[in-house]
Amino acid sequence: MDEIDRAIINTLQVGFPICPSPYKKVAKTLNISEQALIERLQTLLDNGILSRFGPMFHAEQMGGALTLAAIKAPQDNYDTMAEIINSFPEVAHNYAREHVLNMWFVLATETPEQIQQVINQIEAQTGLTVYNMPKIQEYFVGLKLEA
Amino acid sequence: MDHIDRKIISASQAGLPLTPEPYQTLAEQIDISVNELMQRLTDMQEQGIIRRIGAIPNHYKLGYQHNGMTVWDINDAHIDELGKKVGALGFVSHCYHRPRHLPDWPYNLFAMIHGKTAEAAERQIQQIADLLGEYCRAHEVLYSTRILKKTGLRIKNNVPS
Repeated sequence: MDEIDRAIINTLQVGFPICPSPYKKVAKTLNISEQALIERLQTLLDNGILSRFGPMFHAEQMGGALTLAAIKAPQDNYDTMAEIINSFPEVAHNYAREHVLNMWFVLATETPEQIQQVINQIEAQTGLTVYNMPKIQEYFVGLKLEA
Repeated sequence: MDHIDRKIISASQAGLPLTPEPYQTLAEQIDISVNELMQRLTDMQEQGIIRRIGAIPNHYKLGYQHNGMTVWDINDAHIDELGKKVGALGFVSHCYHRPRHLPDWPYNLFAMIHGKTAEAAERQIQQIADLLGEYCRAHEVLYSTRILKKTGLRIKNNVPS
């Protein structure tokens, strides 16, 4: 990752234009060619420095729902539990954390009712209690991390 | 949101095509004109259905090795006032009021922090602690040790509109 990559990441965390040739437009502000921008983006995605590039959808504004949930996964079958949970398309992300509640995942569903349905399915398949922690209030979302 | 919006979401949720005219590529996939596609994306962005179009980096790979979910037990009477203040700290990426699960889980304020060093993370945590002062009864920091999944929201293709 060099200075140009950092500039690309910092610029694209803020946003991306909706116009016929958006890469060309962004490339111009970065003083690189359109082709260079596309190639570098591909590399950043391939090597996992970027997890995603594209529209970020807001489940609740789409009529759906989001929640944060956690389980106490036993150490000896932790990876199996992670596989079960990750297999649900409704699991948008999942993190291992140092705590008795050691696996934390975000569920995003198309209807509010599906949250509980997915939790029930996860409980049935893992045999574990799911601690559901839907937001009561959102105070802030959105820091961009400087590359 | 109609069935065409759903098709747009479905076709773009894994990512935007890396072609010189990515919206044209998407429009062809779902068989609408590029102008209609761009208009619908603009509308969805204005309605908040799309938070933004952009890049999501992997924190670890940018050098942020110390990613902590800080959780605090705050008197309910003061949580909104304090939550806003914590959320306004420049280094907090997400800040929410969430339910307790007593007795296992007494924490109701969640704030995510990201440090390149352990010391940087500790300084951020201390700043939150200072801000909360006597309104905080207890707190913990749950550092992430591994990303198990990070795909973002997915809707199914076959759901009727």
